[in-house]
Amino acid sequence: MPKNTKIKSILIIGSGPIIIGQACEFDYSGSQAIRSLKEEGIEVTLINSNPATIMTDPSLADNVYLKPLTTKSIIEILQMHPNIDAVLPTMGGQTALNLCIEADDKGIWEDFNVELIGVDIDAINITEDREQFRKLMIEIGIGQAPSTTATSFLKGKEIAQEYGFPLVIRPSFTLGGYGASIVYDKKDFDELLSRGLEASPIHEVIIDKALLGWKEYELELLRDSNDNVVIVCTIENMDPMGIHTGDSITVAPAMTLSDTTFQKMRDMAIHMMRSIGDFAGGCNVQFAVSPDEKEDIIAIEINPRVSRSSALASKATGYPIAKIAAKLAIGYHLDELNNQITKTTSALFEPTLDYVIVKIPRWNFDKFEGADRTLGLQMKSVGEVMGIGRCFQEALHKATQSLEIKRNGLGADGKGEKDYDTIIQKLKFASWDRVFVIYDAIQMGIPLSRIHEITKIDMWYLKQYEELLALEVEISTNKLETLSYELLLEAKQKGFADRQIAHMLSCLESDVKAKRTALDINRVYKLVDTCAAEFNAQTPYYYSTFENKMITPDGVSRADNESVVTEKKKIVVLGSGPNRIGQGIEFDYCCVHGVLAAKEAGYETIMINCNPETVSTDFDTADKLYFEPVFWEHIYDIIEHEKPEGVIVQLGGQTALKLAEKLSKWGVKIIGTSFEALDLAEDRKRFSELLVDLDIPFPKYGTATSADEAAAIADNLDFPILVRPSYVLGGQGMKIVINKEELEKHVVDLLRKIPNNMLLLDHYLDGAIEAEADAICDGEDVYIIGIMEHIEPCGVHSGDSNATLPPFNLGEFVMQQIKDHTKKIALALETKGLINIQFAVKDDIVYIIEANPRASRTVPFIAKAYQEPYVNYATKVMLGENKVKDFNFNPKLEGYAIKQPVFSFNKFPNVDKKLGPEMKSTGESILFIDSLKDDQFYELYSRRKMYLSK
Amino acid sequence: MKYSKRKKAILLLADGTIFEGKSIGTDGTAFGEICYNTGMTGYQEVFTDPSYFGQLMLTTNAHIGNYGINNDEMESDSIKISGLVCKNFSFNYSRENAQDSLENFFEKENLLAISDIDTRAVVSYIRDKGAMNAVISTNTDIEALKEELKSIPEMNGLELASKVSTKEPYFFGEEDAPIKISALDIGIKKNILRNLAKRGCYIKVFPYNSSFEELEAFNPDGYFLSNGPGDPNPLKEAQEVANEIIKRDLPLFGICLGHQVIALANGISTFKMHNGHRGINHPVKNMLTGKGEVTSQNHGFVVNKEDVEKHPDFEITHIHLNDDTLAGMQMKNKNCFSVQYHPEASPGPHDSSYLFDQFIANIQKVKK
Repeated sequence: MPKNTKIKSILIIGSGPIIIGQACEFDYSGSQAIRSLKEEGIEVTLINSNPATIMTDPSLADNVYLKPLTTKSIIEILQMHPNIDAVLPTMGGQTALNLCIEADDKGIWEDFNVELIGVDIDAINITEDREQFRKLMIEIGIGQAPSTTATSFLKGKEIAQEYGFPLVIRPSFTLGGYGASIVYDKKDFDELLSRGLEASPIHEVIIDKALLGWKEYELELLRDSNDNVVIVCTIENMDPMGIHTGDSITVAPAMTLSDTTFQKMRDMAIHMMRSIGDFAGGCNVQFAVSPDEKEDIIAIEINPRVSRSSALASKATGYPIAKIAAKLAIGYHLDELNNQITKTTSALFEPTLDYVIVKIPRWNFDKFEGADRTLGLQMKSVGEVMGIGRCFQEALHKATQSLEIKRNGLGADGKGEKDYDTIIQKLKFASWDRVFVIYDAIQMGIPLSRIHEITKIDMWYLKQYEELLALEVEISTNKLETLSYELLLEAKQKGFADRQIAHMLSCLESDVKAKRTALDINRVYKLVDTCAAEFNAQTPYYYSTFENKMITPDGVSRADNESVVTEKKKIVVLGSGPNRIGQGIEFDYCCVHGVLAAKEAGYETIMINCNPETVSTDFDTADKLYFEPVFWEHIYDIIEHEKPEGVIVQLGGQTALKLAEKLSKWGVKIIGTSFEALDLAEDRKRFSELLVDLDIPFPKYGTATSADEAAAIADNLDFPILVRPSYVLGGQGMKIVINKEELEKHVVDLLRKIPNNMLLLDHYLDGAIEAEADAICDGEDVYIIGIMEHIEPCGVHSGDSNATLPPFNLGEFVMQQIKDHTKKIALALETKGLINIQFAVKDDIVYIIEANPRASRTVPFIAKAYQEPYVNYATKVMLGENKVKDFNFNPKLEGYAIKQPVFSFNKFPNVDKKLGPEMKSTGESILFIDSLKDDQFYELYSRRKMYLSK
Repeated sequence: MKYSKRKKAILLLADGTIFEGKSIGTDGTAFGEICYNTGMTGYQEVFTDPSYFGQLMLTTNAHIGNYGINNDEMESDSIKISGLVCKNFSFNYSRENAQDSLENFFEKENLLAISDIDTRAVVSYIRDKGAMNAVISTNTDIEALKEELKSIPEMNGLELASKVSTKEPYFFGEEDAPIKISALDIGIKKNILRNLAKRGCYIKVFPYNSSFEELEAFNPDGYFLSNGPGDPNPLKEAQEVANEIIKRDLPLFGICLGHQVIALANGISTFKMHNGHRGINHPVKNMLTGKGEVTSQNHGFVVNKEDVEKHPDFEITHIHLNDDTLAGMQMKNKNCFSVQYHPEASPGPHDSSYLFDQFIANIQKVKK
């Protein structure tokens, strides 16, 4: 066995806080790598400053260091663990690689006799330095776009003169296309060139002739130390060159690629990987293909590490790239490893799909007022969803239904654009809604040829859209009663939601559901098995579809369903959908722990989620994974099929919580805190009445549904007033207003964006200190797991504030009030599970801002800081398996843990960076300090008021 | 675009199982042994591959026809499968380089295709039950189809090379090329000829029933036994040709059916597999170099590995990593080697194209 037996202890570097371009996919890859190495009996040490991750759980690695990702931390760790033989830096994105290079430059690895595995520093340098990369590609005969390197402004101008416009500026050594741009017009060139040069740490940009409209592909490769290479997945970008692949709608397998061209590309990818250096592990290669008859192929870039796309590729194919890459890094050859899905066949093979996946990014432009919303070379999305279907149309529909942007799919929801000029503009300048606008354009009668001319999207995709529309039109000529079996089945096969069909037929969603039940048009579940059913696979990774029937020799007619329901008692955990600001990786952390706890309690666990970047959608997290939209219809069908004991909604953030009412209405048991209690906490009026009963103070407030009402309330409340819509997360639409004029403007704006919403107006406690408490309650006892104090004063969203655990300057009297209020409220709401309460402290009085009887963003942080499995305990309490008093709580923390928000403002050059009640941070990190005398705390504290907008 | 309604069609297996689907246009009925190909690219190459002669092809890829038809991507001069079963058929295609749609191609070639079948259910079913004959039809008189299906011969023992072989010898490549090859066509794929020609070969392709003397008369530097359809056992003439070549220790290379013919000529048996290998992602390990290769495969019969292990003159060179079946062998003291899979790819990866180089090297070794 060529496994390198000399390696007994490995250091893994994580990717740190979530930022745009580097999201929770690296939690997925890191935790897979840790498990994969542990399986081999290797001691694993991890460094990562992001506490909201599964990978930093004490149950995974042997030693976890929640430390800043600096060479200083690396040295500390290596001093404490002199037995570390090797470092694996390819699982933590560009951040980990950069840290690894820095440590290498400083000679740290050499000093501690640590071997680098899974990577070749020269390979990284070549691939990151665009000039070196270009030279190498030319040397090995791989096509390149005409391009030249500029290290100065003048040189850049010279190149532009030569190439003409449009052209592309790409800075060297940056992440997620940071600082890159397409320049269409000479007048924009100077500014964009400066930005590019500034973005590059070595002040270098490459200027390419723009290959706009070329088709874009990504290949995910794995190589072992015996130089065996396999292509795990080929991903085609529906959006051609010009939009960053992280911001593109992508499809697998490739839809419009012939074998001849694909094999050329495959040969080139392998050749490139071999040419850049000698390393065993994952690699991602991007190509552009000319859309003409020549089908010229040009290499765009190569990343010698596990990437965002490899996470997607793993979920798209079932082939766990990070897990295998970790094994390859310690010397295994591909042919010595098993296909992890079939367990009987070889890992040296290339997965084949009998379904289609579509990934759609999730943007959060609403959080970045003033941001340029046009998509381009710099990635701007904050998360993504993946839809799996038996055809492209179904996958596309499922992906759009997963986005949680109040759309039911393509068309047929009355929300389409109807203005010609707007549509043309939106086609020209792609943004978050282009996937929908294409449908609207076809519906309006804009010829496909024109849409193609503007967007350069391959005609095959546009024809698929056109087919969907033709089907919608055909269905719309029917009534519910006249709709045939064939037509309804076809609509479902193409992914139209019951709600959309109801819209077409002018009936209720439940009518459509009843009709398809009567006609026996039911969802069936198929396996993601890497091999198109060629081999038997037991891996419980399912997606739904609708199939035509088969009739067995004894005359039984049925659609083939591969998800066999067991006799065991089951629990469904609803996932949190796409990452976005305010609802990120923390909730995936909670879901994963919920699943594991329910397993421990003897339940068969069923996970439903649609976010390919997560650990929750790993096929070995839950007993059964349904990779499905967290969308009513899909969830209810799974529940009907599986008949679980109940559904856990309090771990998946607002996404899951929002479904509680409907679940409850349809008689599905909500595990833990009841829907009524969840609703009571959200209903400001009833909740305030409860607080009055409990004798707990809260800021004066009012509710309004119009600007008039708001104005009337303002007379009773003193300004400043905090205005926000109800039922939102992350402070969406929240604003502090200081006079009637501002109030009216904001109210009108909110009601336009979210019609029929109830608005909450609170008297804003100016100068107050904010604190929050998280607790577990079983209905009888309450245990407060942690109290955190915000360093910034009231007014900055809790997700954006620095905060300490435990509080750094709250007196005994205040702390007692916080504890008492928390306990009283938790009990009054009959909480079973987790609850988070936010407080404002002014003049030693503790006011309640809000209570959320669910897992909050801070739960993973507190669990990490105290080294206690709180989500596990809470889940067992929810399930009724345990009472609070059953647990022996033993929080371990010396000094303080500081939660520090991390922002991605650099992706939006023109955005207002001021902080306020609306959350804007994309991630967080943890910092442990021994005492308040620590310099870093002092610095945070001294500049605490700088970020305030008011 | 208007919505177009399509007719019902069915796939009926020999054991009576029915799968419901839709016709893609033309009406009709087609018979054959049902087999599945798991490739995600290269449908045109598969449909025109003579090795698939007489088989009902089920493609597991979700969409078929997306990039139309290109005249340079034919593996023979016509469609060789007897019918197509797929999940989603693309009536619209997109490729500048394509000359026609798959729909038109099928119509011209008179091939019946049905879609909207739960192809995954079919694959799972025949994976468990084994390969069997089947019929696809737009006719829904099940009993009549069942009767007709009974009269279709089993693939086991079936000689099909004669149906796809060239009737007359022909030449391929540049006449003044340095190396001359005699190739026996028992269902040869064009890309084999392209691969040889690219390496400086001028090839004369002979009909399946040609004798060694006919092949020898071309005065070749090396001999090639091609891929092809059906059971290798009935191909006695081809086995005799192989025998004569080996007896004289002349350079010989066999692919797929040709590989099986070499085995039979040496008393090594072959047998019909439960399901066969058909796809472009098959892992093979080269036992001589220890390297893996991802290969294109298409075979329902295989050479008995135990027989090869026992045979004093043979050694195993390649093993299929998924099921440990024999993928390649060579003779110890003769200039002869063969593989079960397709180094010419088309469709599929080019990982194994070194085998053509090896053949050329084998020829150079003995060439005066």
